[in-house]
Amino acid sequence: MIEKTQTRRPGQFDNAKIVNRFDITQRLVAKLHNDEAVVAGIGNTNFDLWAAGRRPQNFYMLGSMGLALPIALGVALAQPRRRVFALEGDGSLLMQIGALVTIGKLKPKNLTMLVMDNGVYQITGAQSTGASGSADFVAMARAAGLEHCFWAADEANFEELVDAALSSDGPTFIAARIDTKPAVATTARDPVQIRERFMRGLGVRGD
Amino acid sequence: MTADAGATAQSRPQVRPWHTIVHAALKDNDVRLVTYVPDKVLTPLIAAIEADDTLTSFATTREEEAVGILTGAWMGGMLGAMLMQTSGFASIPTVLASLAVPYQIPLLMFISERGTLGEFNLGQTLVCKTVRPVLDALAVEHHTITRREELGFVIDRSIKQAVAIQAPVAFILSPILTGGKVFEA
Repeated sequence: MIEKTQTRRPGQFDNAKIVNRFDITQRLVAKLHNDEAVVAGIGNTNFDLWAAGRRPQNFYMLGSMGLALPIALGVALAQPRRRVFALEGDGSLLMQIGALVTIGKLKPKNLTMLVMDNGVYQITGAQSTGASGSADFVAMARAAGLEHCFWAADEANFEELVDAALSSDGPTFIAARIDTKPAVATTARDPVQIRERFMRGLGVRGD
Repeated sequence: MTADAGATAQSRPQVRPWHTIVHAALKDNDVRLVTYVPDKVLTPLIAAIEADDTLTSFATTREEEAVGILTGAWMGGMLGAMLMQTSGFASIPTVLASLAVPYQIPLLMFISERGTLGEFNLGQTLVCKTVRPVLDALAVEHHTITRREELGFVIDRSIKQAVAIQAPVAFILSPILTGGKVFEA
């Protein structure tokens, strides 16, 4: 019989305040003054980015669950002088957890990963993830070879971590414990328009 | 050098191996990023690409991850290619259908064909049969290449087409071209 014990070690996770996804997404966007790229994963993560204000440097993923980090890595490799943020959910990160290993090896200086952890697949009915109550994403990121890995203690600390990431000389991994509130808006689902606008926002396409 | 050796060299002109032709076609078309999930057959191509300082190349943990990386790189202005074997291709239909195809990404896929012409693993023969039907179902252009004489032309023209029409393309590298992988007792 499997014992239902919690294996996560006490530490930063337990001390982290539960924050709101839309609130911290707004706090992030407010700090972006240099056309930083933001790649947001499936569902609520990109819905709240959309709600936080239209930016041509935002990319909204409509399927391909788990690929926000890989897409952001690709942008970061193609444009090493631009800061790139990936916004991903905990369930999505689990689906492509190997991406941490690839990023941990390549160590792109301009990439920051923000993982929103509420322990559930919120959009499908709030079922618990396989990591809920046990695995520690920050510890996993560190074990994958990433040096700058943090649980955001609260909103103010989240902002400090984003500030530090914006001037960091290495990739940063920030995880935030979030509540289970749904997103406040829904992204317009037009893949070609999203991609074209993003490429113009990155200066790859002219008018 | 003996007269005989000279004659032999003359009657067997140097032919470019398949992997040299692929490598050159990638460079000629400004491909600057190559990711791979290894395959025995692809070994010489991966080695050549890894040795090329003008290319960014690395292994990904899964083929799905590579689709994401190449999509991001393309949107950032860098064209990339991914190398995999047939069973690896079978792990990416969902992200082709939800990312590469609808977002119109010129994703360059090189698939080493396992599962035919001397395959020894039943699982490989079955997964191989899924590759072309999946590509056809998604209306993704694909070419099975058997002859070295056609290789450079097919890749060169198809990369240009993929970029022009903003669509993925798959190159299935037949064992007739590469030698494939055979059972070693």
